[in-house]
Amino acid sequence: MAAKIYECIEVIGNKIIENKDFLTDLDRQIGDADHGINMARGYTEVLKTLNQDNTDIGAVLKDTGKVLIKTVGGASGPLYGTAYMKAGKVMSGKTEVTADDAKAMMDAIIGGIKLRGKAEQGEKTMLDSIIPAYEALCAGIDSGKDLKACLEDMCSAASAGVEYTKTIRATKGRASYLGDRSIGVQDPGATSSLYTLEAIRDFAAKL
Amino acid sequence: MVGIVIVSHSAKAAEGIRELAMQMASPETPILAAGGMEDGGIGTDAFRIQTAIEEADRGEGVLLLVDLGSAIMSAETAIDFLDEEIDVRIADTPVLEGAVSAAVTASSGGDLDEVLAAAMEARSMQKLS
Repeated sequence: MAAKIYECIEVIGNKIIENKDFLTDLDRQIGDADHGINMARGYTEVLKTLNQDNTDIGAVLKDTGKVLIKTVGGASGPLYGTAYMKAGKVMSGKTEVTADDAKAMMDAIIGGIKLRGKAEQGEKTMLDSIIPAYEALCAGIDSGKDLKACLEDMCSAASAGVEYTKTIRATKGRASYLGDRSIGVQDPGATSSLYTLEAIRDFAAKL
Repeated sequence: MVGIVIVSHSAKAAEGIRELAMQMASPETPILAAGGMEDGGIGTDAFRIQTAIEEADRGEGVLLLVDLGSAIMSAETAIDFLDEEIDVRIADTPVLEGAVSAAVTASSGGDLDEVLAAAMEARSMQKLS
């Protein structure tokens, strides 16, 4: 993939900002009604402060993570911030993303989020869309599909993961206070993770 | 002396708790507030917490008192960001009462284990006898 990392972050940021109200509304039903607002504030600042000409993908991802940690405010700050910083470490000094890089980034992101959030799959969190997405991505790459098709599979799996979060109760974060009443609503974090992956897919499709 | 950092979603809450804790401590006790976000909004910021930890450290470690939810995650993120080797603990205790107890012990020269133990006593503190 060609190196226009700022443009990729821009597509992600705009998708999150466009869906701010929906994400906040989901969080109103099972949390503290700030997920979309917090994430949109973070990405607005990211788009404002990132160096648009930097082609070092790792550096841009790390900078994105730092700004999100600094400006999001809620738990999604450290979680998404850690995710970007882990991905940035994988991409350090690189100007292109290969299929192996994509796998390595997703693996590092999942490890970082699990550690930071002390969470596992099945607890109604962002991991419930990201882990199936990673598995689908790996399956596609390992079977020799081209990367764009793999990203499509990745998003389908993430979307199914979001649907799955409707069927389970939350045990992490503010939503855990609701117990069984959290069933029926899709997880806001899993949803913003899906939007992130979809934005990456849409960006890559145009390359 | 052991340092103390108060982490809250609200800058005012963190500053207020610091003020109460300082009342019980000698003036040189390093108690810092790391509340809210740079733009004045409600939230926690791992970088603010990191800076406060570094400023509070006198070589004998730092105790963090935290409020709710993401304050803990931000505190842990801050600890990961530290460049220098600082012994940092998070006290799983009510933030205000814990800070006051910790301040007294830190001020009288207690080590990090003792300051943490004092903060933890706040969990079982009875207010009405």
